[in-house]
Amino acid sequence: MPDHEILLDVRGLKMHFPIRTGFFSKAKNFIYAVDGVDFQVRKGETLGLVGESGCGKSTTARAIAQLYKPTAGEVYLNNLDLTKANGQELLAARKNMQMVFQDPYASLNPRMTAGDIIAEPVRIFKKNGLMEASKDEIDDRVEQLMEKVGLSRFFKNRYPHEFSGGQRQRIGIARALALNPELILCDEPVSALDVSIQSQILNLFRDLQDEFGLTYLFIAHDLSVIKYISTRVAVMYLGLIVEIADAGDLYKNPLHPYTEALLSAAPIPDPKIEAKRHRIILTGDVPSPDKQRPGCNFYDRCPKHMDICKKVRPALKETEPGHQVSCFLYHKPE
Amino acid sequence: MSDEVILQVKDLKTYFTVDEGVVKAVDGVSFELHRGETLGIVGESGSGKSVTNLSIINLIPMPPGKIAGGQVLFHGKDMLTMSPNEIREIRGNKISMIFQDPMTSLNPFLRISTQMVETIVLHQGLSKEESKTKAIEMLKLAGIPAPEKRIDQYPHQFSGGMRQRVMIAMGLSCNPEILIADEPTSALDVTIQAQILELMQELTRRLGTAVILITHSLGVVAGMCNTICVMYAGRIVERGRTEEIFESPRHPYTMGLIRSVPRLDQETRGRLYSIPGQPPNVIDLPDCCPFYPRCDKVMDICKKKYPPTVPFEKEQSAACWLYAKEAQNA
Repeated sequence: MPDHEILLDVRGLKMHFPIRTGFFSKAKNFIYAVDGVDFQVRKGETLGLVGESGCGKSTTARAIAQLYKPTAGEVYLNNLDLTKANGQELLAARKNMQMVFQDPYASLNPRMTAGDIIAEPVRIFKKNGLMEASKDEIDDRVEQLMEKVGLSRFFKNRYPHEFSGGQRQRIGIARALALNPELILCDEPVSALDVSIQSQILNLFRDLQDEFGLTYLFIAHDLSVIKYISTRVAVMYLGLIVEIADAGDLYKNPLHPYTEALLSAAPIPDPKIEAKRHRIILTGDVPSPDKQRPGCNFYDRCPKHMDICKKVRPALKETEPGHQVSCFLYHKPE
Repeated sequence: MSDEVILQVKDLKTYFTVDEGVVKAVDGVSFELHRGETLGIVGESGSGKSVTNLSIINLIPMPPGKIAGGQVLFHGKDMLTMSPNEIREIRGNKISMIFQDPMTSLNPFLRISTQMVETIVLHQGLSKEESKTKAIEMLKLAGIPAPEKRIDQYPHQFSGGMRQRVMIAMGLSCNPEILIADEPTSALDVTIQAQILELMQELTRRLGTAVILITHSLGVVAGMCNTICVMYAGRIVERGRTEEIFESPRHPYTMGLIRSVPRLDQETRGRLYSIPGQPPNVIDLPDCCPFYPRCDKVMDICKKKYPPTVPFEKEQSAACWLYAKEAQNA
């Protein structure tokens, strides 16, 4: 990409959730769901965010969208710090940042028709005086969006339960497109779908990106999906980004031991390759993010850990142009 | 894997009666399982994978379910006509099952020891003491650290991966001939999935257990199974050895399925292949090929009659008019 115009800039984002034992008691412990992540999303690219459950991928997306108030850090969208924006500014900023959720069953209001769901963002903006649109214009827009995402406009008056999972996800995508946003935060949008439907939706995301010049922050746990959709990939582990690189580079040349293990653990649908593959099987489970570790979060499960890893947390540093990794195998501690 | 057939499913039909009509969840499924074989059943949600296996061990809720026909021969004896007592002798003992979500298949109120010992006492006729020793041994085999302590804990004290290990230990504790694993790793993370699959493969090989692995993931079957059945809308549309299915798939659905998965080991240029449309509603399905509205090789006859199963070399077969002689004559 020649022009590296940055659309979203996340700096030192932290999201800690307090664990309260009683109703009035002060929180003594925290879940460190996201514990200081820095990354940038460039205009027109897809940044894939991959990791196992509980690593903080979804929390990151929600904290960016200000659905959670981040504990610390800044989130700049077009140079406006969303964490400090007031209500009206935030609403205006949301025109440029929309979200698609994982579960197409839970993210659509069952009492609203597909048409109303898709029109709602426009209606809210109209009500707040941020946009002018007549009733007919909104109707046209809804029909146009439905056709764009591959739904017949005759389905406008149907309710979510009358649609299949894949179709519901299309409604969710149409809703996200309604305000012509620049950035869409996609939180596991294909993981609830069947294989044959998944590929349809992935193609739809690509087509829409080509047509509208959209930028995606695309979250998934499936490495092959991330590989297909992303320009660059960030790998998360226990609330931190451990590696960021161009998609091709990351898959060919994974540096962090966790990325290596993750790639080797993902099954490949080819029996010949499967028979020959060498797997790195990690021991143990992903630890709970309920304490901050002084050293590397991956220390306990890392097959290559050293003494230093237990004491000092490695910083995310560039090792090659465009390839950042947080591991002492590649750079010495300061 | 030997030549001895231990389980033979013949033309199994399981229907559910609902308000809208009859759901033919499984509609004429036949396959064999050999001793020590790992058979994969692949398909999308609603294709009838789980219902097939619940029918085998007689766990279909009746009503609304009904086994409308067919036979399930375990060592030549039809399990569908057995009395509840006879079934109980086999289920959990000779044929055991592990499910997708280990939290819902373990009783949250009982210690792991209680749940494991119960099975062993019932089926193996050992004393409680002996059973507990056996249970600890199984947990150890399943890779649970400090099994002597862990066995007295409750399910919520185990992580998802550990719970699935407990389920595997429990499933294999009576030395079953067949282990039915219904999406055993779908709820788990990639690195944990790799652990569990390796464990299943190693243990079943060591104990000589045959496995029926139900999954929607082509990657999982590619690495685990000897043979594969591909299901679509309640029927097996293609069967064969794993290598053949991936190397030369015959049914357009299998071909489409393999092509529509993004690959980790290859560059995908441009658009991903995708099968158009959606899986059919299996209520009152007409007697034609259920895949024809989505098929890119559709012919006139596909819309009129269900295709016969055509055999190929190396035990492969597919139910598609592309290969049937009648289609050419018609």
